[in-house]
Amino acid sequence: MSAGSILLWVILPYAAAATFAVGLWWRYRTDQFGWTSGSTQMFESRILGWAGPAFHYGAIAAIGGHVIGLMIPKSFTDAIGMSESTYRWFSAIAGAVAGAVCAVGFVGLVYRRATNVRVRRATSRTDLGVYLLLVVLIGLGCYLTFGHNLLTKTPYDYRETMSEWWRSLFVLQPDVAAAEGANALYQIHAIIAWAFWALFPFSRLVHAFSIPVQYLGRPYILYRRRWPAASGGRRR
Amino acid sequence: MRVKAQVAMVMNLDKCIGCHTCSVTCKQVWTNRPGTEYVWFNNVETAPGQGYPRQWTDQERWRGGWELDRRGRLRLKAGGRVKKLLTIFSNPDLPTIDDYYEPWTYDYETLVTAPLSDRDPVARPHSQLTGRPMEVTWGPNWDEGLAGGPELATADPRLRGLEEQVRMTYEQAFMFFLPRICEHCLNPSCVASCPSGAMYKREEDGIVLVDQERCRGWRYCVSGCPYKKVYFNHRTGKAEKCTLCYPRIEQGQPTICSETCVGRIRYLGLVLYDADRVEAAASVPDERDLLGAQRSVFLDPEDPEVRAAARREGIPDDWLEHARRSPIYDLAIRWGVALPLHPEFRTLPMVWYVPPLSPVVSTLEADGYEADPDDVFGAIDHLRIPLAYLAGLLAAGDVEQVRGVLHRLAAMRAYMRKREVLGETDASLAAFAGLSTGELERMYRLLAIADYGDRYVIPQAHAEMGDRLLQQQGTCGLDFAGGPGNCGAVDPRPDTTSPVVPTDGERFHLVDLLEREEHRGA
Repeated sequence: MSAGSILLWVILPYAAAATFAVGLWWRYRTDQFGWTSGSTQMFESRILGWAGPAFHYGAIAAIGGHVIGLMIPKSFTDAIGMSESTYRWFSAIAGAVAGAVCAVGFVGLVYRRATNVRVRRATSRTDLGVYLLLVVLIGLGCYLTFGHNLLTKTPYDYRETMSEWWRSLFVLQPDVAAAEGANALYQIHAIIAWAFWALFPFSRLVHAFSIPVQYLGRPYILYRRRWPAASGGRRR
Repeated sequence: MRVKAQVAMVMNLDKCIGCHTCSVTCKQVWTNRPGTEYVWFNNVETAPGQGYPRQWTDQERWRGGWELDRRGRLRLKAGGRVKKLLTIFSNPDLPTIDDYYEPWTYDYETLVTAPLSDRDPVARPHSQLTGRPMEVTWGPNWDEGLAGGPELATADPRLRGLEEQVRMTYEQAFMFFLPRICEHCLNPSCVASCPSGAMYKREEDGIVLVDQERCRGWRYCVSGCPYKKVYFNHRTGKAEKCTLCYPRIEQGQPTICSETCVGRIRYLGLVLYDADRVEAAASVPDERDLLGAQRSVFLDPEDPEVRAAARREGIPDDWLEHARRSPIYDLAIRWGVALPLHPEFRTLPMVWYVPPLSPVVSTLEADGYEADPDDVFGAIDHLRIPLAYLAGLLAAGDVEQVRGVLHRLAAMRAYMRKREVLGETDASLAAFAGLSTGELERMYRLLAIADYGDRYVIPQAHAEMGDRLLQQQGTCGLDFAGGPGNCGAVDPRPDTTSPVVPTDGERFHLVDLLEREEHRGA
């Protein structure tokens, strides 16, 4: 186990996860005013009209796919009698659909950000960093899903290496060997993903935690007292 | 009965000269910042005209406000909660910046630095969004005073179906000015459209605000408001809107737009209303009944039962006294000469308008009409501004309502003219208006003389509740660092990209006073 391996497969994941958690807490506590989707729809609405929903719905489906792929151990699918090829076809097709929708949407979003001067001028450096990481993440992810997975005769089974390592992180017993032996493309995908999560709290990605589900259950018209009952008032 | 107080406004369109002083002073105070260059909390439009943003009145296109579903229940025109959440990644009804206008500035520096030349240097327009030189092709009042003529003015959605009556030839054209601010509605569809719950109506005075800390930039308030009076700050990614200058209102002062109105067209005061009746009033099936339904929500401040109920709701006594002297109650309810803007949007707007009593068209005699200077009522139907247009603007198409108001205003003028010129008191004119001679003279004083103290009857926020007033810091609209609406002290956090030098913000006397009190007490 080299120092490099420990850095990449132990220190990086925990540091990124800690940055993600602490960063989110800190940002939520100190920067409510900066917590926004940062929409540029008023500058460009036509491309966003299809690209925005495609990217977001594709991304949500892809995240769901990752959760299934990483969280459910191979032993479980074996136990319920799901063969390796059945699982692979399921994951490849579902993953390909999600990935394609997400990637098409993402290309649309990047295109409008690059070509529309108004939108480009509204792009911060953090936005650029997020876009760069997403290009690698989505590009690699799509290649691994439909290039590698569907076209190769004996595709790489990430569930025996990356998934094992990923789950081992949660029980605080990082299985470095499993990650070390993994396919290099999967390794790069994982490393970039950790960088993505570390940047997350400091970008406008935080709006993902503001999906307003409470809207479904609240009254339409909201009233607020200018001076709430003296004891319950918020004070800064 | 659940009594609430509302600070409401009336504008007398008869006296608006379209000078834009209200717009400019409002802009200077509230939206003179990066991100809000295109935002005018107060703007003045020419009617007929497209308005700002272009054709905002066309709700078939923008889908703002409320409508009734098949079972007659009130629902948001743009769709319900589930639809909003499913389309949250791209709001289908959002206006783009070009529907407002691309804000610009001029490169004034070239005026100073240009080399010596035979020709005067020219400051060219530059876009404030891209920084590049641009051609100015539209602005917030581009079609002002019918500029652009028939091509632009006839694109007013309110003119649909009126083509026969409306002539755009120079001699026959009509126009008037329509100043607009947020309506601070009793049934605000922006508040209902906000998925984050960041928008709210203040219980005490009904002012509708955006909590800048809870807004997440989903933009449904912008499209949900049928008056298009909620704006998206493209720099901060948050919604902003007219605050009715609440820091001034809380101290009993009129809003900036009212204070600086040179035509003295604006009135501010309290109305009491029954919050329990709002939804029913907004759900009346026939649009033409909406005006009456809306008026029925208001409560008579002289009624002892209302006053008792108001006290139970914690409305202070001096507020009830202010409600009794309210010019809004006089104009909108007691005399019924003010009408709401587009009541058919079903939001129960709280900025009402006295319709303009325009000159009688000069073609009257050609139409075979016997011009009798005393016969003001017969002339109402021959006014330059078609009644149907005013009815589409202020009464959901009910021409009779507008005719009634103009009759009352004409009767007041005729009565006063007789009194001043002939020294006669013609009680029949007062009777025609449905008012006593005393009331008619009071109406004249309020509309024509418009003393400062009669126009603005605004109660102060209560000092004894002041310790609680301090708690609102950070929870009220636009009081973020560098923002314009500091209701108290904020930590200055300079925006390095902004040319504006940060200051501590305007600290209001009341807050200072209370903080000093607190120090002494501690």
